[in-house]
Amino acid sequence: MLSIKNLHASVEGNEILKGINLEIKAGEVHAIMGPNGSGKSTLSQVLAGNEAFEVTEGEVTLNGEDLLELETETRAREGIFLAFQYPVEIPGVSNLHFLRTAVNAMRKHRGEEEMNAAEFMKLAREVSQQVDLDPGFLKRGVNEGFSGGEKKRNEIMQALLLQPKLAILDETDSGLDIDALKVVSDGVNALRAPDRAILMITHYQRLLNHIVPDYVHVLADGRIIKSGGRELALELEEKGYGWLGIQDDNASN
Amino acid sequence: MATTDNEVKELIKREYEHGFVTEIESDTFEPGLNEDVIRRLSEIKQEPEFMLEWRLKAYRRWVEMDEPEWAHINYPKVDYNAISYYSAPKRPEDMPQSLDEVDPELLRTYEKLGIPLHERAKLAGVAVDAVFDSVSVATTFKEPLEKAGVIFCPISEALQKYPELVKKYLGTVVPPGDNYFAALNSAVFSDGSFVYIPKGVRCPMELSTYFRINAANTGQFERTLIIAEEGSYVSYLEGCTAPMRDENQLHAAVVELVALDDAQIKYSTVQNWYPGDEEGKGGIYNFVTKRGACLGKNSKISWTQVETGSAITWKYPSCILRGDNSVGEFYSVALTHNFQQADTGTKMIHLGKNTRSTIISKGISAGRSSNSYRGLVKIGPGAEGARNFTQCDSLLIGDRCAAHTFPYIENRNKSAIVEHEATTSKVSDEQMFLCRQRGIDPEQAVSMIVNGFCKEVFKELPMEFAVEAGKLLEVSLEGSVG
Repeated sequence: MLSIKNLHASVEGNEILKGINLEIKAGEVHAIMGPNGSGKSTLSQVLAGNEAFEVTEGEVTLNGEDLLELETETRAREGIFLAFQYPVEIPGVSNLHFLRTAVNAMRKHRGEEEMNAAEFMKLAREVSQQVDLDPGFLKRGVNEGFSGGEKKRNEIMQALLLQPKLAILDETDSGLDIDALKVVSDGVNALRAPDRAILMITHYQRLLNHIVPDYVHVLADGRIIKSGGRELALELEEKGYGWLGIQDDNASN
Repeated sequence: MATTDNEVKELIKREYEHGFVTEIESDTFEPGLNEDVIRRLSEIKQEPEFMLEWRLKAYRRWVEMDEPEWAHINYPKVDYNAISYYSAPKRPEDMPQSLDEVDPELLRTYEKLGIPLHERAKLAGVAVDAVFDSVSVATTFKEPLEKAGVIFCPISEALQKYPELVKKYLGTVVPPGDNYFAALNSAVFSDGSFVYIPKGVRCPMELSTYFRINAANTGQFERTLIIAEEGSYVSYLEGCTAPMRDENQLHAAVVELVALDDAQIKYSTVQNWYPGDEEGKGGIYNFVTKRGACLGKNSKISWTQVETGSAITWKYPSCILRGDNSVGEFYSVALTHNFQQADTGTKMIHLGKNTRSTIISKGISAGRSSNSYRGLVKIGPGAEGARNFTQCDSLLIGDRCAAHTFPYIENRNKSAIVEHEATTSKVSDEQMFLCRQRGIDPEQAVSMIVNGFCKEVFKELPMEFAVEAGKLLEVSLEGSVG
């Protein structure tokens, strides 16, 4: 489904990704782990098409199509979804309006009919309950005054609504207490499907207890230095990043 | 950030959809302003004698005055002798007596603008007065309004039919010598709307005036006077458009509102005069004086404005809170784009006891435009317990526009409470990225973000206008960010 070859990317002239190679097939769940500053978030932003990052070399294809050629919004409509680590607020724009606009943009792209307000309301209420969010929050401004946990649940709810082909989850576990982590993980597990791939980005192993990946990759200094199965994450937890010769500021966690 | 200038430029291409010219035969005065012109104007309008005197007095004041320079706007000096002060569609008869007699070309013009001059039109709850250049061409729903005792007619007609009423209130809120443009308007105003709501009457429908400048090199100087007697209520809407022309055109209006005891006036404006092109060529100079007097106790005047048009906007809809417990409100969205300049805000003059005022101003700047909020909150010595709350928010789109805030506070009463809050923000790249990552078009994203920013003001607009205002912002912003 997703094929990344020798991907280099930089921001403001600093090279962050220094040759990433990664193949993800439909139905698979991949986890990318690594210390702060290793380029994990950059990889997710580059795949989603954040124009703040410049791709200097390499190629990325989604189902054979050149992803890097596509505008951000086109990538989204083609099925790339990014759950943000720090979702930004859009004051005054109701969550409901925002979500319906997004869902309808996707539907239009697929040649489907747009959903009217009543239909969408019904769907949104159902999905919001799936991530344990009070439907009342749909009327609030996008991420406006949301707690950290609410923001993360809101991101997963959006993934459930938009039904992407590739869901990229950027540190979706950070800042969550154990109950919220459970809710979010259940939401992500509900996303697992034979025709969908999930790419999880995380610093810690604990998320992987809830969402069990098929593959684990360790990213350091802009390169994938080790890949393996589920056991690689456990080994990392036990031995720390230092085991692979990587500096990690947060090693004590 | 990677948002390039090219993208911004690409997106800034904006179409002004009301820019067409109506080919219609007009009677237009030769350009120029002198006492003879005023006499001719007054004669054509068949005005009572006192009106001519009033105009001439205003003209003599105006000649002595200097154009104000304190506003944060720049424009070449206006040559007041190059402007024609009267233009009216030519008609076989004097004035149309009913809608059926209105020139079909004119009806088509208003249809094109989406303004129904047919009474069975879908916008049924709204009575419309349509002012085309210097004259009112049609007023709808006269009958149901008359039944309620409401007078809603062109001010030129009011001067003939209700001269005493007009004489009693005209110039009491905005005196002819108030400022340069008010003096000019007092001398040469051609038409506008007159509204009178009798005691205890709640006006049965929204009243609305649509102003259209069509003729070239013509100024529009309309005058609106609204009187709400004791315990009455009226909601009045005003819309404006003009053709695209390379020359700047002058619009200097005066609006006066009078609210007596327990009366309420809600005045909403969607101003969409031609803003000029991408290079800043052409567009309307909009120099407007709007003021309401809360004369009676417990009276309330509420201004809501959505200003997206005009090359230059100079406008401060204000409230004089004379009656005890009276309330003044000002809700404003001012959007500037390309080379537009706006210096707009309000004055809240607290004179009565326990008077309250609220100011919510949302300024949006895009392109190379300049957008200023200028507001005065004045508390007189007798305004025991007066309260004001002001919130001034600016939103910047792109990096070549400017936003300014000039708040003035004069407080002469220790018991008064005055609050002022101000914020400046940008449509951030992060917000844009979030929207686009969810499949939303950049343009739609900007308009969504801006609409969210304006929400507090839009909710004050009457329903039909709120929808229109949202759409208008969308069109006005077409292409302001990448």
